[in-house]
Amino acid sequence: MLSIKNLHAAVAGNEILKGIDLEVKAGQVHAIMGPNGSGKSTLAAVLAGREEFEVTRGTVSFAGKDLLGLAPEERAREGLFLAFQYPVEIPGVNSSYFLRTALNEIRQHRGLEKVSAMEFLKIIREKLQLVEMDEKFLKRSVNEGFSGGEKKRNEILQMATLEPRLAVLDETDSGLDIDALKIVANGVNKLRSKDNAFIVVTHYQRLLNYIIPDFVHVLYQGKIVKSGDKELALHLEDYGYDWIKEENSRSERW
Amino acid sequence: MVTTGSKKKIVGLKGGEMKRQLSTEREWYSQLFTEFERSLNGESKTPLHAIRKEAIDWFSDHGFPTMRQEEWRFTNVSAIGEIDFKTGIPKVEDIAPTDLSPYVINNDYNRLVFVDGCFFAGLSRTENLPDGVTVKSLQEAMLTDQEVIQKNLTKHAKIDENGFVALNTAFFKDGAFIHVSKNSLYEQPIHLIYLMTEKSKESVVFPRNLIVAEQNSQISFIENYISLSDTLYFMNPVTEVVAGENAVVHHYKIQQDSLNAFHTSLMQVYQERSSNYTSHNYAFGGSIVRNDIKTMLDGEGIECTLNGLYLARGTQLIDNHSVIEHAKPHCNSRELYKGILDNQARAVFSGKIQVFPDAQKTDAIQSNQNLILSEEATVDTKPQLEIYADDVKCTHGGTVGQINKDGIFYLRARGISADMAKNLMIQAFAGEVTDRLKGESLKEHIVTFVLSQLADGHLKIMHLP
Repeated sequence: MLSIKNLHAAVAGNEILKGIDLEVKAGQVHAIMGPNGSGKSTLAAVLAGREEFEVTRGTVSFAGKDLLGLAPEERAREGLFLAFQYPVEIPGVNSSYFLRTALNEIRQHRGLEKVSAMEFLKIIREKLQLVEMDEKFLKRSVNEGFSGGEKKRNEILQMATLEPRLAVLDETDSGLDIDALKIVANGVNKLRSKDNAFIVVTHYQRLLNYIIPDFVHVLYQGKIVKSGDKELALHLEDYGYDWIKEENSRSERW
Repeated sequence: MVTTGSKKKIVGLKGGEMKRQLSTEREWYSQLFTEFERSLNGESKTPLHAIRKEAIDWFSDHGFPTMRQEEWRFTNVSAIGEIDFKTGIPKVEDIAPTDLSPYVINNDYNRLVFVDGCFFAGLSRTENLPDGVTVKSLQEAMLTDQEVIQKNLTKHAKIDENGFVALNTAFFKDGAFIHVSKNSLYEQPIHLIYLMTEKSKESVVFPRNLIVAEQNSQISFIENYISLSDTLYFMNPVTEVVAGENAVVHHYKIQQDSLNAFHTSLMQVYQERSSNYTSHNYAFGGSIVRNDIKTMLDGEGIECTLNGLYLARGTQLIDNHSVIEHAKPHCNSRELYKGILDNQARAVFSGKIQVFPDAQKTDAIQSNQNLILSEEATVDTKPQLEIYADDVKCTHGGTVGQINKDGIFYLRARGISADMAKNLMIQAFAGEVTDRLKGESLKEHIVTFVLSQLADGHLKIMHLP
């Protein structure tokens, strides 16, 4: 589904990603961990098409298409979803209208009929239950005045509604209390299927108790330096990232 | 389009037409006034005529304002003085109801229609008005409602306000008259349409409106300035509004003049105890636009709300100047003006709140926010608080910004195109003002119009509407 080869990316001339290789297949959940500043969020942003990041080398193919050649909205319509680390507040844009517009853009791209306001209400009610959100939220402006937890749940709500093929969760667990974390994890688990895939970017192992990954990768200084299964995450939890840093500085020295 | 600078020079007009100016604006309008006086039969003995003379004398001494005056520091109106605008446009005979229909907000609304400044009874409609609600042309009211007229007409808008008010006072012939007597109320807005045809080229019109809501009454009206062509004309209205004790007045203004027209106006509002006045001021058209809105809160427990939205594109200059005078204690004023600017457009906002020594417990909030869609557009925003009482709550603020890029990316990341994302953000910005409109058809009319002006995250340059 997603194939990243030797991806290099820079922001304002500073190279942050220094050769990422990653294969994600349908039905899989990949966790990407790593210390602060290792390039995790940059990877998520590059995949979503943020313009501040310049891809200097490498290729990314998504569902057979050259992902890097697509505009952010085209990526979304192809089925890529980024759950933002910091969801943006957009005063004056109604949540319900926003999400219905997004859904219809994606449906249109997939050759499906647009949904009416009434049909949308039926769909969204079901999804709201999934993330335990109140219907009143639909009347509010996008993320405006939301608490941190509400914003993250709203990301999962959008994901559930738009039904992406590949969802990238960028530190969706950061700053969440355990109840909110469970709600978010539960949302992801209910959506898991053999046809879709997830990349869970996280700083902490805790989320991975609830979303069990098939693969865990450690990103350090812009490269994936270690890959393994969920045991790797537990090891990181116990021993931190220092041993990773040490291993790498040693290899650099040699 | 029109060069600015000193008088008596060659002015380039649209289409390359050249015209030599013969007089300064003071001489020009004094001469027009002499002609105007000659056309009057006997009326020149009335008290109103004495006021007209006073007005033209004041104008002869002062002329139009210049940028040397503090309240006109950012707005150069010299271009208006460089054209010898004529009065007395030949009367148009061929306005059909179908010509008017695109501008009718709601067919059920009663309306007064003025074409090139002249009242058109055939297109107007005043039906099913309740007892105590009078809607007619000012010309007619001057004959039939003399008591209200004498008490109010020219009594609130002062001649020495500026040259534009003086000129209107000297020359006005007609406009709208609405009187709501004690305890009467009428909720549906009365639509006042000022339609300009292409015959108005290089002409000036002086609509004069008087709206008087007596004690415990309620009224709603829409001043709507419309052009059927992109002609250069000069629209110079003055509207006097009186909200009596405990009266409720909703005042809408939708200015959709030709993009080549000049529009200078004064809305002078006088509020008595416990009255509630709300203004919704939408400025879309005109090449040089100056709106002065002044409200006098002359009683306790008054509510005054001023909402405004302006869209400026091309080389438009839109200037909104408001003055809210808090003369008595326990009054609230709320002011929100928002502007969207593109290309080389300019906007000026000045909001003065004056709190007199007596006006304790005044609560005043004022905000001006601007969204800029180009590199070249400019805004001058100037909030002013003059407070002479010590127990008051007054806040003000002004912002100028661009569309939030993070917001655009967020919307795009959900599958919404870049153009639609930008339009949504602009719409959302305007929405804070348009959400305050009352009445579904009026709201829909204005929101639809604003939407029709957006394309690819910019304002369209086009004929209005």
